[in-house]
Amino acid sequence: MIVRIFSDGQYRIPAEAQARLHELDVETVNAIDAGDETAFTTSYGSLVEHVHATGERLADDELVPSDLMLPPADITLEEAREEFTGEGLLPD
Amino acid sequence: MAGLTGRMSTIVKAKVSKVLDRAEDPAETLDYSYTKQLELLQNVKKGIADVVTSKKRLQMQETQMQQQVVKLDTQARQALAAGREDLARLALERKQGIQTELQSLDSQIAELEDQQQKLVDSEAAMRAKLEAFRTKKEVIKAQYSAAEAQVRISEAATGVGEQMADVGLAMQRALDKTENMKARAAAVGELETSGTFDDLTQLGSGKDDIDRQLEAIGAGGQVDDELAKLKAELGTGGAQTAIEAPAGAAAAGALGQGEPIEGESAEVEPEAEGEAPA
Repeated sequence: MIVRIFSDGQYRIPAEAQARLHELDVETVNAIDAGDETAFTTSYGSLVEHVHATGERLADDELVPSDLMLPPADITLEEAREEFTGEGLLPD
Repeated sequence: MAGLTGRMSTIVKAKVSKVLDRAEDPAETLDYSYTKQLELLQNVKKGIADVVTSKKRLQMQETQMQQQVVKLDTQARQALAAGREDLARLALERKQGIQTELQSLDSQIAELEDQQQKLVDSEAAMRAKLEAFRTKKEVIKAQYSAAEAQVRISEAATGVGEQMADVGLAMQRALDKTENMKARAAAVGELETSGTFDDLTQLGSGKDDIDRQLEAIGAGGQVDDELAKLKAELGTGGAQTAIEAPAGAAAAGALGQGEPIEGESAEVEPEAEGEAPA
């Protein structure tokens, strides 16, 4: 599975690391729902760390679509919340 | 996966396909996509220049404020030497305000530095993808039948479209930050020219009057400390200048003040003795 972290790069994640990725993603969303800044920073930080630790970084000149995309590592809770409402973070 | 990652992916894919749908045939999709990437790269360059300009402006402001701090410090010393404690206090209070502002300026400059680096990295990644895309585009056009090409094009264009979305977001965030700082820098600049530096604390993020009063207590304490320090410094320094300044008179006075204890007691005694014989 290919995962892209915005403002970072693309990573190839082995199958055995995907369950944990999903867990951390759920934790992150729960933190966003709860509006818990600390929990959000911790869980999203762990999610990014997990991708870095288990993934193999793709070269910049590889042209592969990603299966999953993560916002930048330094995203704020506020920005993450925007991702679930309206147009999301991305500019048109 | 319906988490944050899934949500982000859905949005990006929707945006990318919206862009790609604008072109009608495969070859056009490729060329259109390539043109878009070139445009984006130009924008990124402008974005980087914008961030650099803002950073320079903040750095200039920082230098001015540092000069202001030195000036206010000198003014405080002068005021105190002139016996105007109230004026010295005012100068030190202003100095305190500017120093607080300087600290936040420091972190803003660091933040812009960070944004600049992100944009530079993101431009490099985009350039690499663009080059790969350019090569692939020609291969696809030359080697594949229309049906096969459609799949390959979709893959390549999505891959590069993601990168464009990535760069776009980096740009957006950098420019948002830059805009905020521009507005703030302009506000500080206005205060600077109108000389109302006391109001600087009001620029902070929505502080209520209690916060401000609490801050005033803290700042007041610091001002008191500095005032005491200055007094101590000037206390010893004042005596020295008194000795050195008007060479004859003051020196004599200073010496005369050093001796009197002995001299007076010596004078008292002879007088007492002198009185007796008389």
